[in-house]
Amino acid sequence: MSIEVKGVNKNFGDFVALEDIDLHIPTGRLTALLGPSGGGKSTLLRIIAGLETADTGTVTIEGVEATHLPARKRNVGFVFQHYAAFKHMTVAKNVAFGLEIRKRPKAEVRKRVEELLELVHLSQFAHRLPSQLSGGQRQRMALARALAVEPNVLLLDEPFGALDAKVRKELRDWLRRLHDEVHVTTVLVTHDQEEALEVADQIVVINDGRVEQIGTPDELYDRPANDFVMSFLGPVTTLGGQLVRPHDIDLSDDDKVAGSVPGVITRMVRIGFEVRLHVRTDTDPDVHVTMTRTHARGLETGAKVWLVPTKGALTVPALDSPEPAAAG
Amino acid sequence: MTDLLTREQPPKAAPVRRRSRPRKGPVAYLLRLFVTAYLVLLVAWPVSLVAIRTFEDGFSGIQGILEDPDTVTALKLTVTVAISAVVVNTLFGVGISLLLVRSEFPGKRALSALVDLPLSVSPIVVGLALVLVYGGRNGWFGPTLEGAGLQVVFATPGIVMATAFVALPLVIREVVPVLEEIGTDQEVAAQTLGANGWQTFWRVTLPAIKWAIVYGVVLSLARSLGEFGAVKVVSGNVLGQTRTATLVVEEKYLNFDQQGAYATAFLLAMVSVACIVIVSVIRPKNERS
Amino acid sequence: MLWFSLLVLIPLCAVVVTAAEGGWDTFWTTITNGQTAAAIRLTVTAAAVVTVVNVVVGPMIAWVLVRDRFWGKGALELLIDIPFALPTIVAGLVLLSLYGHDSPLGIDVANMPSSVYLAYLFVTLPFVVRMVQPVLEQLELDVEEAAASLGASRFTTFRRIILPSLTPAIAAGAALSFARGVSEYGSLVLLSGNLPFKTEVTSVRILSSVENNNLAGAAAVATVLLVISLLVIVLLDVLQRRVAVRD
Repeated sequence: MSIEVKGVNKNFGDFVALEDIDLHIPTGRLTALLGPSGGGKSTLLRIIAGLETADTGTVTIEGVEATHLPARKRNVGFVFQHYAAFKHMTVAKNVAFGLEIRKRPKAEVRKRVEELLELVHLSQFAHRLPSQLSGGQRQRMALARALAVEPNVLLLDEPFGALDAKVRKELRDWLRRLHDEVHVTTVLVTHDQEEALEVADQIVVINDGRVEQIGTPDELYDRPANDFVMSFLGPVTTLGGQLVRPHDIDLSDDDKVAGSVPGVITRMVRIGFEVRLHVRTDTDPDVHVTMTRTHARGLETGAKVWLVPTKGALTVPALDSPEPAAAG
Repeated sequence: MTDLLTREQPPKAAPVRRRSRPRKGPVAYLLRLFVTAYLVLLVAWPVSLVAIRTFEDGFSGIQGILEDPDTVTALKLTVTVAISAVVVNTLFGVGISLLLVRSEFPGKRALSALVDLPLSVSPIVVGLALVLVYGGRNGWFGPTLEGAGLQVVFATPGIVMATAFVALPLVIREVVPVLEEIGTDQEVAAQTLGANGWQTFWRVTLPAIKWAIVYGVVLSLARSLGEFGAVKVVSGNVLGQTRTATLVVEEKYLNFDQQGAYATAFLLAMVSVACIVIVSVIRPKNERS
Repeated sequence: MLWFSLLVLIPLCAVVVTAAEGGWDTFWTTITNGQTAAAIRLTVTAAAVVTVVNVVVGPMIAWVLVRDRFWGKGALELLIDIPFALPTIVAGLVLLSLYGHDSPLGIDVANMPSSVYLAYLFVTLPFVVRMVQPVLEQLELDVEEAAASLGASRFTTFRRIILPSLTPAIAAGAALSFARGVSEYGSLVLLSGNLPFKTEVTSVRILSSVENNNLAGAAAVATVLLVISLLVIVLLDVLQRRVAVRD
């Protein structure tokens, strides 16, 4: 029981949006579809929701073959980036919509709406119009509306993409707590790796219409399958033909460590406790190194230094192509 | 936070939201059929019949009216009146639009509603109103003006006024939304760069509303050439003097000169259809940019 | 402002003042006079019926123009504007060519009351369509998809989501259409024959008063039309404000 996606292909004219996607999304977990814009993740989500049909392949939701079911019969909750609020209805009416469609008794609808508004902290706004709410409040309303029908699956399409950074972070934490409370199978589409790493139980990295890697946040961060996944999940820099994280580079003022490469510090930037160094070596014109302020004491621009990846640090061969997406 | 250190990604074009077109049910096809039939029966067929009847005898119909001195005088008068009315309305329209959008004053809301009034007032009432005020014998101002040597009603100025009245809102309705949309940022920016009021208007505001003015002018022109009811009341319909092209159509039709009526109507229709074609061709181009 | 006053405000005031000069009784007698009352009744009835037709057909046309795609749609788009652009006298002639004495369809409405309805239908065609179209274009597909994902059928989505969003635009278009119908003159001249008690509308009634030099009588009837115009404008203003609140 879960969502099974098998052999899904989707083209828009000449454009290949999805290519041979096989995916298992476990019940009760929060799965993130992560990847750059235009990579196909939203299309996949819309195919799961029934808002888009696959050219080939099948979708099974909780054991029910759903490939040819229209969206309204799939019992999924969908949350859109731009809220898709019903502008002419109050917040309470928006939330009640799905229940009214299902012809639930009035008393039950009222009770359920009250519960949900409580859950998303919008009780005092029940009789406002969506236009009188902030973006974050509108998105919480949309979430309550989607949850009202007790969906088998909750699908979120870049739900925080239209919000400013601070609200986005708050809502992200709140979504994780909400998920721990209601345990509905959730799929979240995002292009923000921090968001995915922070909230998801499982991450599916999608790029150019294909699945690059599936795993837990730790697996993906620690054992990326390729250079694309590595560079998409966090900062990387190139040192001697290897991709390595900037905080995984050891820096010393002599060549005692075997394999270390000489270079010159070209620029130093201090950001709070952290120091970022730009180093020019013979092979790489701009290697990035981050370290704490304590470790950086005594260093200055123009100083000669030796660089080497920290012992046991993760490195991935950098391919010739400067654009990791193309190397996939 | 991380962008300093990550490899620079080439800027990506804004993601295009791709959607499949929704499947069409029988309802969609029925609707399409119904709408097409409705528009053909109400508009397309009748309009094309006028064109066909005009050319039943080749170009002789058109030729006929172009050789009739009275009709030519009427056409000339119509063009003169339309151009005068459009010039007046454009200047006034831009002025009032600026006033409505860029300044606050008591009664602004009433004024903005009143500006639309000419669109919903019967042309006959417009004509009557002008006669009551500017009528030569017993209008409010008419006798005074006539004493000063200016005859308004039953003369060209009256026709221009009637035409200007009915076409008044067209420029304003095009310009106001554009002015509202562009806001005052650019104008304020120009002022901080040292531009005076006139320079700001001429070099910043006017270029921004240029297309809106063009649409307004084209629509006004179509409306002005075709005004009938209001002109009929104020013009006196004197053959060869104050008879406009639309009045010629009526006159010819009632005198059983159907060919002449159709030909004149066709000329007028051509101009107005040309006007809307121009508007529909230039509008989307401008909106895309 | 001066120009606006000279051109619009003072003349319109003159109409009302002239109508009021004779006192309420004269005014009332004038507009309830058998022939005038019949004209007003025909005008208002026809405008109302045509407005109802437009309220139904207008959104359908707008829907086809916005959502459907087929060969020749551009031409239909153009047809909508023709009634607005065409000189009214030409519009009358145009209708007469298909629905007059030598109608190729065998339908002759000339000099019949139905000709008034036909002319009104023609000249008011663009109003509802053009008001509804932009609203329909801006309607986010997301919202319809949201309704679908919540279990609403196409029909329910239309009734509960799309229609309420269009209502203010439809109402505004209806108001304009009604106002235009009530004030129409040019297209009827050739078509209806202006037969008293049968096809004579209010505008024609006013004109014949003017031509008989009965300016006071004309002003009284004109005031009735002006009041209708003003009501429509107030209604439009209220509607626009309501839409502004929603967005």
